[in-house]
Amino acid sequence: MALTPSSAIRNNTILCCIAFWASIASPSAAEDIEPGGKLLLTRGISSVDGTGGGGIVPWALITGNETDRGIGATAHLTSVMLPDFDVVSYGAGIGLRDRLEMSYSHQTLDTGSTGPKLGLPDGYTFSQNVLAAKVRIAGDAVYGQDTWLPQIAIGAIYKKADHGDLLAALGAEDDDGVEFYVSATKLLLAQSLLLGATLRYTEANQNGLLGFGGTSDASIYPEVSVGYLLSKRLIIGGEYRAKPDNLTFAQEDAWMDLFAAYAINDAMTMSAAYADLGSIATFDDQRGLYLSLQVGF
Amino acid sequence: MYRFCVAALAGPLLSATLAMAEPLPGELPVDPYEASNENAGAAPLENPDVFVAFHGQAGIDRIVDDLVDRVIVDPRIEGIFRASDLVRLRRTLKEQFCYLLGGPCDYTGRDMVEAHKDQGITMREFNALVESLQLAMDTEGVPFAMQNRLIAKLAPMQRDVVTR
Ligand code: HEM
Repeated sequence: MALTPSSAIRNNTILCCIAFWASIASPSAAEDIEPGGKLLLTRGISSVDGTGGGGIVPWALITGNETDRGIGATAHLTSVMLPDFDVVSYGAGIGLRDRLEMSYSHQTLDTGSTGPKLGLPDGYTFSQNVLAAKVRIAGDAVYGQDTWLPQIAIGAIYKKADHGDLLAALGAEDDDGVEFYVSATKLLLAQSLLLGATLRYTEANQNGLLGFGGTSDASIYPEVSVGYLLSKRLIIGGEYRAKPDNLTFAQEDAWMDLFAAYAINDAMTMSAAYADLGSIATFDDQRGLYLSLQVGF
Repeated sequence: MYRFCVAALAGPLLSATLAMAEPLPGELPVDPYEASNENAGAAPLENPDVFVAFHGQAGIDRIVDDLVDRVIVDPRIEGIFRASDLVRLRRTLKEQFCYLLGGPCDYTGRDMVEAHKDQGITMREFNALVESLQLAMDTEGVPFAMQNRLIAKLAPMQRDVVTR
């Protein structure tokens, strides 16, 4: 692999994360590593990228049930059924000391019988692998009820899409890329409200499934989420995520959804949403049912 | 040692001016401290609807009794309460919740740092108590949005209560 500036940044990011992980998880602290302890729903659900968050937006919350003394993990399976495509994501994440999160997910965009209309074989499936790391740097979304400071986390997401040749033919510059984001999440308990905002630096086309870059450079895109807690198990809300529009052959829109997430118990959270993914690869109005199951400890 | 000296010196000097609450029969004596509503750890709610939603003092009393009954059998945290004066704990918790919920009460217990500094409480244990409190409020029929008004007052006390 040629050491281009972007691959150097990526390698350094990964190295730095591993070093940070090792320093937090040092064996001297091993005796007080304990699992579990978070309140229901406060680990968030798993986004399609595998990061702890809402469904399409990363949140500053750290995945897993662990507290500042422990280790936790989650795994997720998500499916979005759209008129002309099916999106599937599965993966897993680890949370350490409610501070650091590392996750992996695999995403597929199945073109089904839409494939031939795009000049692709029947059932052609775009796919990518996603590695992500997130560090909580300030605040406490749940316990900081006497301050306006939200919980703030920064993260990096490395994505590598399959079928690079096809993506290049579609106008994408790269088949891999790194996104950076900063996310702020605040629970306003007295109002039973959850507020979140994320800024993501990205050039991913359709989240990376259609490659990276094209007509414009990477830039910063805002994402927001709002939730209302109906009970300690149930939250309803909505999310909005602005995205680049880099490919000349097809327009790309923002993603949004209206969701409900239900904590069945401290291991399982089930989410359902009505997702509007806009236009995908020239097919407009891709709206449909999003379903996700997250299990963890 | 330092604490003992301060108590030994300050005790006799201060005891005349201390506004100590009426302990209930069966309560054990504690080191002298200055009673003040400041010790409750947060300012009271101003919206009178919340106190009503908790069914007033009687509802708060039932919630605290239920809460204490739950935590002393919760395997995750019962050990922490084995040496505690539960008569005093019930009384001071009832005062504290009543005060924080805007009821006609004064809190006469110790501040949250003082009350918990020797308990070695972790975040996980703090949350275990919150879960019991939520169940106790459910049993009393306090609507969830109103429950969150109290939890929002208690949540930041985590900084004083959790020491480990
Ligand atoms: C925000 C949450 C909490 C509040 C508002 C609270 C409130 C209180 C109050 C009012 C007292 C009595 C103070 C006095 O005697 O003057 C007390 C004592 C005590 N608390 Fe908490 N507490 C909280 C969390 C916890 C947790 C999480 C635990 C353990 C899991 C705990 C364990 C104890 C124990 C063992 C005592 C008795 C100390 C003694 O007997 O000297 N508390 N707490």
